[in-house]
Amino acid sequence: MLIKRKARDTAATGRLSQIAATLSARPLDRRSFLGAAGLGVGGLAAIGTMGVGMTRRVEAQGFDDPSQPIEVRTNICTHCSVGCTVKAEVQNGVWVGQEPGYNSPINRGTHCAKGASVREVVHGARRIKYPMKKVGGEWQRISWEQAMDEIAEKMTEIRGRSGADSVYMLGSAKFSNEGAYLFRKFAAFWGTNNVDHQARICHSTTVAGVANTWGYGAQTNSYNDIRNAKTVIVMGSNAAEAHPVSMQHILEGKETQRANVIVIDPRFTRTAAHATEFIRFRPGTDIAVIHGMLWHIFENGWEDRDYIAQRVYGMDQVREVVRAYPPDVVENITGIPGDTLKRVAETFAKERPSTFIWCMGGTQHTVGTANVRAYNILLLATGNVGGEGSGANIFRGHCNVQGATDFGLDMGNLPLYYGLGAGAWQHWSRVWDVPYDYFVSRFDAVPAKGGREARTPTQNMEVPGITSTRWFDAVTIDAEDIDQQDNIKAMIVFGHGGNTVPRMQDAQRGMDALDLLVVADPHPTTFAALHSRTDNTYLLPICTQFETSGSRTASNRSIQWGERVVEPIFESDSDYSVIHALSTRLGFADEMFKNFDMVQGKFGMEPTPESIMQEINRGGWSTGYTGQSPERLKAHIANQQHFDLITLRAGPDAPEEVRGDYYGLPWPCWGTPELRHPGTHILYNTNLAPMDGGGAFRPRFGLEYEGETLLAEGSWPLGSEIEDGYPEFTYALLEQLGWDTDLTPAELAVIRDIGASDPEKIATVSWSTDLSGGIQRVALQHGCVPFGNGKARAVAWNLPDPVPVHREPIYTNRPELVSNYPTNDDRRQQRMPNIGKVVQQDVVDRNVSTDFPLILTSGRLVEYEGGGEETRSNPWLAELQQDMFVEVNPADATARGIVDGGWVWVTGPEGGSKARVKAMITERVAAGVAFMPFHFAGWFQGEDQRGNYPAGTDPIVLGESVNVITTYGYDPVTGMHEGKVTLCQIAAA
Amino acid sequence: MARMKFLCDADRCIECNACVTACKNEHEVPWGINRRRVVTLDDGLPGERSVSMACMHCTDAPCASVCPVSCFYTTDDAVVLHNKDTCIGCGYCSYACPFGAPQYPQTANFGTRGKMDKCTYCSGGPEPDMTQAEYVKYGSNRLAEGKLPLCAEMCSTKALLAGDGDIIAEIYRERVVTRGYGSGAWGWRTAYGETLTV
Repeated sequence: MLIKRKARDTAATGRLSQIAATLSARPLDRRSFLGAAGLGVGGLAAIGTMGVGMTRRVEAQGFDDPSQPIEVRTNICTHCSVGCTVKAEVQNGVWVGQEPGYNSPINRGTHCAKGASVREVVHGARRIKYPMKKVGGEWQRISWEQAMDEIAEKMTEIRGRSGADSVYMLGSAKFSNEGAYLFRKFAAFWGTNNVDHQARICHSTTVAGVANTWGYGAQTNSYNDIRNAKTVIVMGSNAAEAHPVSMQHILEGKETQRANVIVIDPRFTRTAAHATEFIRFRPGTDIAVIHGMLWHIFENGWEDRDYIAQRVYGMDQVREVVRAYPPDVVENITGIPGDTLKRVAETFAKERPSTFIWCMGGTQHTVGTANVRAYNILLLATGNVGGEGSGANIFRGHCNVQGATDFGLDMGNLPLYYGLGAGAWQHWSRVWDVPYDYFVSRFDAVPAKGGREARTPTQNMEVPGITSTRWFDAVTIDAEDIDQQDNIKAMIVFGHGGNTVPRMQDAQRGMDALDLLVVADPHPTTFAALHSRTDNTYLLPICTQFETSGSRTASNRSIQWGERVVEPIFESDSDYSVIHALSTRLGFADEMFKNFDMVQGKFGMEPTPESIMQEINRGGWSTGYTGQSPERLKAHIANQQHFDLITLRAGPDAPEEVRGDYYGLPWPCWGTPELRHPGTHILYNTNLAPMDGGGAFRPRFGLEYEGETLLAEGSWPLGSEIEDGYPEFTYALLEQLGWDTDLTPAELAVIRDIGASDPEKIATVSWSTDLSGGIQRVALQHGCVPFGNGKARAVAWNLPDPVPVHREPIYTNRPELVSNYPTNDDRRQQRMPNIGKVVQQDVVDRNVSTDFPLILTSGRLVEYEGGGEETRSNPWLAELQQDMFVEVNPADATARGIVDGGWVWVTGPEGGSKARVKAMITERVAAGVAFMPFHFAGWFQGEDQRGNYPAGTDPIVLGESVNVITTYGYDPVTGMHEGKVTLCQIAAA
Repeated sequence: MARMKFLCDADRCIECNACVTACKNEHEVPWGINRRRVVTLDDGLPGERSVSMACMHCTDAPCASVCPVSCFYTTDDAVVLHNKDTCIGCGYCSYACPFGAPQYPQTANFGTRGKMDKCTYCSGGPEPDMTQAEYVKYGSNRLAEGKLPLCAEMCSTKALLAGDGDIIAEIYRERVVTRGYGSGAWGWRTAYGETLTV
């Protein structure tokens, strides 16, 4: 015992680690400080600003003086996607206290560690306080004027030299909806599709998989609705740490319904600790697990035949594929023994309604999209989509990752999933009131190279850009290999960490090679510290969503309006303002901002979020973002107490302005705000009329395929005047049904205008392009869903694997399985080559798994979020988790002479990568598997990079990033990285 | 008068630490002082359970029995508070406390630990209610404002309950009946000399 302690003390080198080491006699659990709290706290007084005299500093900002008035402002937590209401007490312009927001049906006053500490972020001693730039390697304070002038000048210069596509716009899931939309519009005006955000690395494969199955890429039900489920499968989600408040609904549902909560995960998570059953499997074998369940379902006839016949296309092909996954094969691939999966399959199929929850454990794989498709097929086979208590309950990650996805911070989409085709550009040109040709003029022509044909600007604007997972490859790759005019030369990074995608050695090289790096964020992030740049590097202090106003979309598609709590602190400013200032200098602000109400902001003019939302309302027909006017959204926040905990609906006693609505008007909220559509709590729900929040699967892949109909057969939403499947509504369809006469003259005029008075074009004006909302209104009036009534696709013929099949991870610990289950073929995607198969073959040929025998997976901790810079800068959170660590099974630790709490080197199979972290010996991980959280940065392969941060902005806690070790591997559809399975070796340091 | 108690439902607690940071936030408790913390048993093993721990405001509080300067007192709401002006930082209470509640700002020998600090059930100290003087020494006084302790109010899964002992016991009993199991009101026998039976 004593030897251990001594060893630890001498090994510790970092300031905090020394402090922590004196604290922890023996780590009982991962919060090592707990074991000795109250005994060894003396060392902590060393931490500069946090003096320990009496209880707190006398100038405490938390004291609310009862003699002064207190104002309570309502906003939404800026961490995960649950969307917890934050009640802020403000006195004299200072946020002095946080109160529970009991009225929110989503969180009912509660928070997790992060939500309960958000007040700190607006006092934020470690925030960026003023604009800075690097001059000769030193950070130097500059004015906003100078920063904006210089950045715009450099962007323009790079554009002239290398084209518009050489500037990469990395946006954020922390933007408000209005900020996200504005940033996407900014990229369009600049003339590039190289725009992306965190959805790429959390749920891009979900969006692709789900949208390709039944229409929209979003959670079908809600956190609240899980209370109705009788069986819950949680696979690849650790909600207890990643979405703690969702556990309120899951655990209460489990209690009241006596529900089965089955956690299927490589790791015995904190969520698993509260499950009725935990099933461990080998990381990266999700499809085999699901097919193993489907095998039993089909074998025993447990599938929902009526549902499949009416609402699902291609299940018979799935049946064929699943035949290849009998129990012995599945056990060999996944490691799940005996008839475990038979029991789970029977429960899921019979004890309905059943819901399936997944997160990044499922999505962050080279087979991410296929994993998602497998989950969907399981739901469809058992008839578990489109009703209460069922559905794909996809827990999104960040507070507005759903909204930012919706608004097209995505290299393959304009806002609201219109795609990048000419029709999409024309639609948004109409909404923005800017000629289509203007956008053509902004895009690069791409020369012929590498045997590929040249592209005109018109063609280039329809080609998806580069994914955020590989921006650094796009910097360093041979220019001949990149499918655009030139390499990436500049990164404009708004609200995005630099340590959340694999291959950080390469990311570091990419950062070093850039001509311009701009980081706009409340905190400096890894983008400011990882590299050795000396010049042309800017830090812009952006305020948090608590210091501005706007809406954000929670995971369940509910949109919540947050009001400004305090003015932006220090010299920070809002996204709105900074995007406007840049646009002004780049010469397109007048056109871009002409539809918005401009007001005087802190350092200049800025658009009001209300007027941005109104423009969204005028264009967001495809996704039903049209009914949520700012007025309605504000009324919802103001009347939270009237919404039901389970149905999320406002009852008959609610004030007229919200009566009958679902909380937050979850999209689709069809038609104009005046139509008063209530929003859609549960997607594809045929038990309700569309005007009441009902729906059907969306037929977006044609009307038939290989002779089989893709329209629903014998299923329709309640009260539909068309009692069968039907395609999407167009003006032609209205005419055919004789419903065109229901359009008002004003609506008709708009439709004719869009069709340029050409009868053929008018006929094709649809529910998603009709700016009057007339087509949607008339469809709803007749009980029909504007997008049609189709079948979900069990077979998605446009994807690399139309029916998912098991494919071994690139870095597999079972190389003998690769010949039967190889990764996808190499291909060019998102303007670059994806050479996963070459890499996998190399891994097999070189026997990499001999030298690196442990599977390494990664995940979240409750105290931190994302790249972690913000949360690791918050002392209330940082204190709880002071060290980066790796979880190692006792068997693996014993074999390597590793002691609990001791320092170890984790080494990876690419580029001699290594990370120095503490060992946490636990049976939470299976033998042969190691786990590391992904929130840490600031140490790089043993080097402490604290000095790279501008003085005073370094996060309190630094640590190695797991993504130093993680390796090559990208989903063939979305470019999602492989963040959950690689190989490593661990040795005592 | 109410008899204030804490109850942690270990079948609900997911160790999210909201109670810990809510406490830090409400009272601006400095780094190193933990009035509340979450203890996990069998971490990473089947049967893993967590409980949120702070001063339980015991009946016949042992800390008060051993305090050589009698700095402890019990309020009308049965909340156990102490007077930092009287406290000499001897640390006896930390040995007597079955819950590890007392905290000290310094570690040194011979009574120089500094004034003891612990959970006040969000009800301040002997200074006049809701004053700066009270806030600086003890944190905010939510009880005086008619509010309950923020840790319980913000508990993500409503595992941690605070309020009148009879009322929270009733809430817990209802839960146990609904779900058909319950591992008991952790620490109640030690703190309050009673168990919660269903």
